[in-house]
Amino acid sequence: MIPIIRSILAGAAFALALTTSAFAARTDLTLAIQLEPPHLDPTAGAAGAIDDVTYANIFQGLTRIGSNGAVQPDLAESWTLSDDGLVYTFKLHDGVKFHDGTALDAGDVVFSLDRARADDSTNAQKALFAAIESVEAVDDLTVKVTLSHPQGSFLYNMGWGDAVIVAPESADTNKEKPVGTGPFKFDTWAKGSSVTLVKNPDYWGDPVALDKATFRFISDPAAATSALMAGDIQAFPAFPAPEAVAQFESDPRFSVVIGSTEGETILATNNGKPPFDNLKVRQAIAHAIDRQAIIDGAMFGFGTPIGSHFAPHNPAYEELVETYPYDPEMAKQLLAEAGYPDGFKATLKLPPPSYARRGGEIVAAQLREVGIDLEIIPVEWAQWLDQVFKAKDYDLTIVSHTEPNDIGIYARDDYYFDYHNQAFKDVMAKLDATANEDERYALLRQAQEIIAKDAVNGYLFQLPKIGIWDAKLQGLWHDMPLQADDLTGVSWKD
Amino acid sequence: MLSYALRRIAVVLITLLAASAIVFAVLEIVPGDPARLMLGMNAGEDAIAALREQMGLNQPLLIRYFSWLGGLLSGDFGRSYTYSVPVIDLVRERLVVSLPLALMALFLSTAIAIPVGIFSASRRGTASDAGVMAATQLGIAIPNFWFALLLVYVFAVTLRLVPAGGFPGWQAGFWPALASLLLPAIALALPQAAILSRVTRSALLDVMGEDYIRTARAKGLPANIVLWRHALRNALIPVLTILGLQFSFLLAGTIIIENVFYLPGLGRLVFQAITQRDLIVVESVVVLLVATVIIVNFLVDLAYAWADPRLRRR
Repeated sequence: MIPIIRSILAGAAFALALTTSAFAARTDLTLAIQLEPPHLDPTAGAAGAIDDVTYANIFQGLTRIGSNGAVQPDLAESWTLSDDGLVYTFKLHDGVKFHDGTALDAGDVVFSLDRARADDSTNAQKALFAAIESVEAVDDLTVKVTLSHPQGSFLYNMGWGDAVIVAPESADTNKEKPVGTGPFKFDTWAKGSSVTLVKNPDYWGDPVALDKATFRFISDPAAATSALMAGDIQAFPAFPAPEAVAQFESDPRFSVVIGSTEGETILATNNGKPPFDNLKVRQAIAHAIDRQAIIDGAMFGFGTPIGSHFAPHNPAYEELVETYPYDPEMAKQLLAEAGYPDGFKATLKLPPPSYARRGGEIVAAQLREVGIDLEIIPVEWAQWLDQVFKAKDYDLTIVSHTEPNDIGIYARDDYYFDYHNQAFKDVMAKLDATANEDERYALLRQAQEIIAKDAVNGYLFQLPKIGIWDAKLQGLWHDMPLQADDLTGVSWKD
Repeated sequence: MLSYALRRIAVVLITLLAASAIVFAVLEIVPGDPARLMLGMNAGEDAIAALREQMGLNQPLLIRYFSWLGGLLSGDFGRSYTYSVPVIDLVRERLVVSLPLALMALFLSTAIAIPVGIFSASRRGTASDAGVMAATQLGIAIPNFWFALLLVYVFAVTLRLVPAGGFPGWQAGFWPALASLLLPAIALALPQAAILSRVTRSALLDVMGEDYIRTARAKGLPANIVLWRHALRNALIPVLTILGLQFSFLLAGTIIIENVFYLPGLGRLVFQAITQRDLIVVESVVVLLVATVIIVNFLVDLAYAWADPRLRRR
């Protein structure tokens, strides 16, 4: 009975809204993402789809990352840093309410950060919080975070989806019914089909233009194309079918925006396993790779060649593509010098995304030209994580590392590249303790050079973000500095 | 009769138990750790260990198997690792899509196939029979996902009569929900109809060669009556067998069509659960599907008895 009354009321309200706003701009949006999130708690999972739906829309952190990748204040309106670089004092916005009506105070921040770094934490990015020594509430709206050592990236870290502020009352149920402080509230989740958000009328900041946003899950590239063409969805911010882009570019109903992501697509190499422990062999592989051919063949021309593990749009980026230019003759010579004049056999494990499966075929063909015979082994993600990532049971694999600013993984001893270089670790340690921006950029450039020269992995291309949406829609992100579909600035043109 | 029924039930239970043990064992062997998959590449070992503990993955294999089995017996299918909701809720949400879709496809395919098969058999050797046979051959040969894409292109993208995919839910109204299932049902039904009409035709032709048909003709019955009263009913047994198999397939074997139309059906739930290593969902749904297949087969057996009274006495 009650649902019937509710739907009648909703219908009446809808009719009223129609008559009063017949000439106003549209306020609803149906957009699509490729994968369905497993749940909606960004503090307890690595799936990018969780952040697609929740980041900036439902959940907010002390800081946030803007569309240009820069750190901005969010729940913290301001902060100060002590002279020794150890104590951050955050001043929270006044009047912020969670979607369940409870007020945000310093206690919630203490709870969220302590929960994320606790022993039994299941935060997928626990390393973000590793430098925190203690978190305390000074008063209702002031939080003091003490670090064990100065950390230049701390404010950036606090802007990740994994560092959002949650309330103790709702933390355990956020997976199913996320309760945050953002401009959209969670409404419904039709499993396998869509998640719907509605405008939060009590939002503390600037109100959003959309009243309702529905995220649909469409994984099949052909289905994605038809859904846009048929008008079922109005936006696909990370469109999965580069092969179909041309037909949208020639259609005036759509805007096509090619942007950048944080995804460095690499031919990851097992540096601990012969013959890949030999620098000459890795250099030979680097010389044998024709990046543009891979981008054209696997990505239909979309993608930027990279020469190291770093995003080209980052201000600290250094152009290193020509470190080992495409030169098959040089590759053969290096292989001969390394003791493999006739080349060798190896395996190439490929996870499911099309950049890997399509790119892998081309890489294998290119390496065959210089005598390296690759056996292609397709694997699922679960297998990839188990065999390649955890057990290091692989020779070569292709994968896109989509975490932002993740060059630090090359300093990890247990990482699946099995790369160990003290000079690189020193640079990273210095970087971690440096807050000055110019010095940080210099160190980051140095780091890029070291791994490029060492040819740790084959550096292929930066994954593009292909955005396709209704030409009348404005305010969606062009680039993807981190996984998000921030709808706070999205509106329809009249 | 009673001992027959008891035997039958015992066989069903043993089949179910074997299926549960096999699916559980297979999923244990398949590489991939659900906790690691959930937390991704940057997660520390301590976080993964904490999540494994939370999911109950650290318990010994046999204990997990029997506690799951015990749950099944009391109607508790456990909680999904990834969605962290009861598995039975997930299945129920998917069944409201998959069941109507399967029934629609089955209805369409039967409605097309039986008349076509009869028509073809009654005109054996003529040009129209050859035409129908060629068309059904084509229907079997065309992959259903390709046919689905063609349907989408014509009816959704060009004519815009129905949505290109997705399912609005029954709460959106009967017709919108039905409209969204129409193209997938047609795409699923056509190849099935092609198979079924060929089976109907050949079964009818077999029966038409029997002695009693000749007798019926000899005593002067019109060809129509011979066909409808004597031949068709006896030809139904193979048709029913195929129908039963097709229903089981339509309920869970429609992953590709569900992907093309991004429908939240049972097939996609299983597929998603396998890629996410949501073991408990895979295990429970597979056991449910095994149960469904057994029940459908049982119903087909009953239908045999209806079609052929001689079988009732056995």
